[in-house]
Amino acid sequence: MDTAAKKKLGLKEKYRLLTRDLGWTPSYRTHEEIHPYLTYEGIKIHDWDKWEDPFRLTMDSYWKYQAEKERKFYAIIDAHAQSNGHLNLTDARYLSAIKLFLQAISPNEYCAHKGFARAGREFVGVGTQVACQMQALDEMRHAQTQIHAMSNYNRYYEGFHAFAQQRDRIWYATVPRSFFDDAMTAGPFEFMIAIGFSFEYVLTNLLFVPFMSGAAYNGDLATVTFGFSAQSDEARHMTLGLECIKFMLEQDPDNLPIVQGWIDKWFWRGIRILGLVGAMMDYMLPKRVMSWREAWNIYGVENGNALFRDLARYGIKPPKHWEDAEKSIDHVPHQFMLALYQWNFGTAFHTWIPSDDDFDWLSKKYPDTFDRYYRPRWEHVKKLAAAGTPFKNVGLARLCQCCQLPCIFTEPDDPTLTCHREVVYRGETYHFCSDGCQHIFENEPEKYIQAWMPMPALFREMQGNIPQWMDWVGMVDGKDNHDYVGSQDEKNFNQWRAMAASNSL
Amino acid sequence: MSTVFLALQANEETRQIIEAIQQDNPEARVNREPAMVKIDAEGKLVVRRETIAEIMGRDDFDLQELHINLISLGGNVDEDEDSLTISWNA
Repeated sequence: MDTAAKKKLGLKEKYRLLTRDLGWTPSYRTHEEIHPYLTYEGIKIHDWDKWEDPFRLTMDSYWKYQAEKERKFYAIIDAHAQSNGHLNLTDARYLSAIKLFLQAISPNEYCAHKGFARAGREFVGVGTQVACQMQALDEMRHAQTQIHAMSNYNRYYEGFHAFAQQRDRIWYATVPRSFFDDAMTAGPFEFMIAIGFSFEYVLTNLLFVPFMSGAAYNGDLATVTFGFSAQSDEARHMTLGLECIKFMLEQDPDNLPIVQGWIDKWFWRGIRILGLVGAMMDYMLPKRVMSWREAWNIYGVENGNALFRDLARYGIKPPKHWEDAEKSIDHVPHQFMLALYQWNFGTAFHTWIPSDDDFDWLSKKYPDTFDRYYRPRWEHVKKLAAAGTPFKNVGLARLCQCCQLPCIFTEPDDPTLTCHREVVYRGETYHFCSDGCQHIFENEPEKYIQAWMPMPALFREMQGNIPQWMDWVGMVDGKDNHDYVGSQDEKNFNQWRAMAASNSL
Repeated sequence: MSTVFLALQANEETRQIIEAIQQDNPEARVNREPAMVKIDAEGKLVVRRETIAEIMGRDDFDLQELHINLISLGGNVDEDEDSLTISWNA
């Protein structure tokens, strides 16, 4: 064999040989029997061979580079654990952000794994199958490395132990759960738009990039490592998502209105979840790299607009509720954090009243909204706490039937008025937090009326018994929940950090 | 013209990769943020294998090694063994 000639095999040729050449032609079953879910969504595909991974990554290279990423990841995770890395954090308040990450995001990486494994099975094209297979493996790796990295914190701090059941049971974690369940129960093409395009391309930059840079700023070597290790796969996922949407649009003009409908739907579903990330960035990071607004300007406005300008040649328009999303950016992090604070008997992470320094930072970053609408509320909350009568809401929130968030947001054009929409469907009244969520429901009411809603379920299944509910969600009252100030986490962190810097016994 | 971008982890390997990218794309803007470097360019950004290999002093540098330190990107991608191009059409 001429090995020298083999080495010179070009990337394009290698990609062709290691994808197209592996495509089998079925002999005793038809394509329709083997791939039964490809037509019911209405998407028309004429030539699957037109699908190509622009990175032209083949499985042999994939394993090689992923193995190297894992080696780098574990070298750092080991060093972090060996050197008491948890005591290098800026402050243990920071841990609330990663508890939320573990409870609400990591289990859904596993759902993305299941979704891509299924999509890889259901699509016909070999290029598509290989790309979905890689992404299915990536998403599994993300779930595992995230859980593994954060398990080091579980040895020392509260609130990390029950993430697996909390994903399905606790009210704020069912928000991303419903997003991923919605995507996984959609057809394969809609799944690709939901996760591959809207989530990966339009939204993960906001989730991973500035937040992980923030983790680095706050001394959390473990999280920045899993974050950037995962994100190194995301560049490939984003490219797959973008390729996928272009492929659908190039294959048949009839696909355009279907694809546009999915973009509208999944953009709004995504932006609702990302409000939580806004609260994490603006309030939970003791040291902040940039505000949610600044991150949105870079990754939402600048990059999102570039993307939609590029897709305009196919007739794609920016998502229907883009304007409402833009108007919400300066309000949502504050509204979220105020809600999490007042309901903190029911959160498996701690919240707190921001310091005066934090107020000043927020007012600088949100000059049009913070001092006018949110500082007065926080000042009021602070006064009540000082008087020994902290502002606590023990009532349960009305949830949006689509995104499952409490209806805590305001009208896009009036930040003093709560936004609330209602739809009566088959004699039942359903509530919504926004026009975007109402429209999604109205397009598929039979899907969303089946949603498991945590607040109604608490009454239906447990007669409103809160201690029983806490047991069921794996929350330890007095340890995992309530204010950071006075918590076991605060006490331990301060004590251990003092011990780490002295030799007193 | 729309802005394309490439974000890389800030580490010893990417220091040379970034130098090569700056050399091949003199108009590109390099933003250094905690633990990461984000490179923005108007319309198009080209990463060339040969320039990186030369700066690293490693003839066998494979452009796909970029995957190890890549954080994110924005734009349409086209890659072969010699170059990786990120571009917007509009």
